[in-house]
Amino acid sequence: MSGLRVIQAGFAPTLQDFGRPAYQNRGVPVSGALDPVSLRIGNALVGNDGGTAAIEFRMIGPVLEVIAESVRVALVGTRAGIVVEAGERVELPSYQSVTLKRGHRLSVNPVTDSGAAYLCVEGGFDLPAAFDSLSTYGRSQIGGFQGRALKDGDELPLCLNEVPERGELRLENPVYLDAGGPVRVVFGPQRDYFTDESAAAFLTNEYKISREADRMGMRLEGPALEHARGYNITSDGIVTGAIQVPGNGLPIILLADHQTTGGYPKIGTVISADIPRLGRLKPGDTLSFTEISVAEAEEARREQEKEIKRLISSLSPAAAWLDEAALYRENLISGVVHNEQTG
Amino acid sequence: MVHVRNRTIVMSEPVFLPAGDTALVVQFGEAVDAVVNRQVRHVAAKLRELSLGGIVDIVPTIRSLMVHYDPLVTRSSELQSAISEILHHQHEGEDGYRLWSIPVCYEGDCAPDLDSVARDMNLAPAEVVRGHTADPQEILMMGFLPGFPYLGLLPEDFDVPRRFEPRVKVPARSISIAVRQTTIYTVESPGGWHLIGRTPIEFFDPKREAPILVAAGDRIHFQPVSFADYEVLRKDVEAGEYVPVVEDIAPGESA
Repeated sequence: MSGLRVIQAGFAPTLQDFGRPAYQNRGVPVSGALDPVSLRIGNALVGNDGGTAAIEFRMIGPVLEVIAESVRVALVGTRAGIVVEAGERVELPSYQSVTLKRGHRLSVNPVTDSGAAYLCVEGGFDLPAAFDSLSTYGRSQIGGFQGRALKDGDELPLCLNEVPERGELRLENPVYLDAGGPVRVVFGPQRDYFTDESAAAFLTNEYKISREADRMGMRLEGPALEHARGYNITSDGIVTGAIQVPGNGLPIILLADHQTTGGYPKIGTVISADIPRLGRLKPGDTLSFTEISVAEAEEARREQEKEIKRLISSLSPAAAWLDEAALYRENLISGVVHNEQTG
Repeated sequence: MVHVRNRTIVMSEPVFLPAGDTALVVQFGEAVDAVVNRQVRHVAAKLRELSLGGIVDIVPTIRSLMVHYDPLVTRSSELQSAISEILHHQHEGEDGYRLWSIPVCYEGDCAPDLDSVARDMNLAPAEVVRGHTADPQEILMMGFLPGFPYLGLLPEDFDVPRRFEPRVKVPARSISIAVRQTTIYTVESPGGWHLIGRTPIEFFDPKREAPILVAAGDRIHFQPVSFADYEVLRKDVEAGEYVPVVEDIAPGESA
């Protein structure tokens, strides 16, 4: 067995890639990374294809032990640091690839700035795909590691037992994490099920993400929306980002694990360029909405794609952490000598 | 708004509804209607044949079609033009379909709601079973869970609302009815429909090479079996020795 041993799982981490979008016609949810932009950047840092499955987690990350010869990992989606224990304890920033050897342990500082962080591993996980994807969909026990969230003691097989030696990479400034402003929404498909006053109120009021937020969707707290034509429709298709409004008038934004069909009216849909940002939000965060057209939404997505490619092409060399630690000790010694000389 | 040149198609004109920048809805009607549903699935099949670039998935539902697309490859406006062309296509005769024979036990513990829902329907339990097994039912839509089919439309007697109190746990392979439709709970899950039987067949089995058994447009003819037969069949299924009976019905042909 070689790979990564889960010493402590943390808060129900799952393996996620870009999901399985082509099986919705058979009732299979898409699943996949809540923040696919971070997933792509993390994979680029460790030399993977953008859609290679990684460990997605929130708040408390896993503690992992390397049981392969060596692995290269990168933490993304958060500015929290990664902690390596290899005889000594070294704290390293996220958005930087790190190579660990057999017996090393890694953990993540508490993630307070994001609702979805990723540990990407060079070569990816050696696990069977379900419907062309490694994404975990726990409700039907498919994908990922045995179709479930990771648990203490799991041993995750990797495709590479040893990673090639090469320079590490980093992203200097993950500016995209700071994206702000109102979340952009296209009205429809059932905008006509709501009063005009409600649609206007939806755009002018602030909403708070409730505690009921998971990979399936986030319930919002704020002014209730008034239905004009009841709150039951004949079930139709659901797309990620759909904002459905059940009888109590409080919107629910549907995320990666949403069902493929549903019978509540949907006032609007969050545009695809803003979905990764939603994925990084967490309970208690507030958000507001602004309306744009389908054509503008498509354009925004194309612009975002350019920006992602720009970020990925801007990755720069990073110092290997072992060297860095050695360097630090040297500096300390020479620093002391220097002080003695001048003091 | 789509302009249907040929007015002989008896239905409201399909309309395009926006669903963000990665999906588009073609809505054929707002209510449950067998003719509307067939039109949805017919257009879905035609659209699939076109293999347009950028289409990620085509999801027919009871009264509308959701087309999922990649906005980096195509645009909603392009897709609308292409779909408008298909909407003009005359729907002649019946599409072909797969016809499944699925054994169902309508007795005892397999059918916890049969007596109560029969009372609601003013029918004897045996009459409910007869209504459910008389004709093959069409899969109107897949949804709720992987491999989970919604079938109909059952006779008008079956137009009963869902249970007042949904169950937290519906046993896997339960056959349920409500609102002139019938479903098969692929796995144990919460559910609000009336449970009138159970099948030994797995409609979703992640360990099987093809985990999902059926697709929208398939038809299922439910076959009543005794509890003793159900148990025998169930053992065969568990041993991997049961192959469900399925027949390909050509377009225009009837079973």
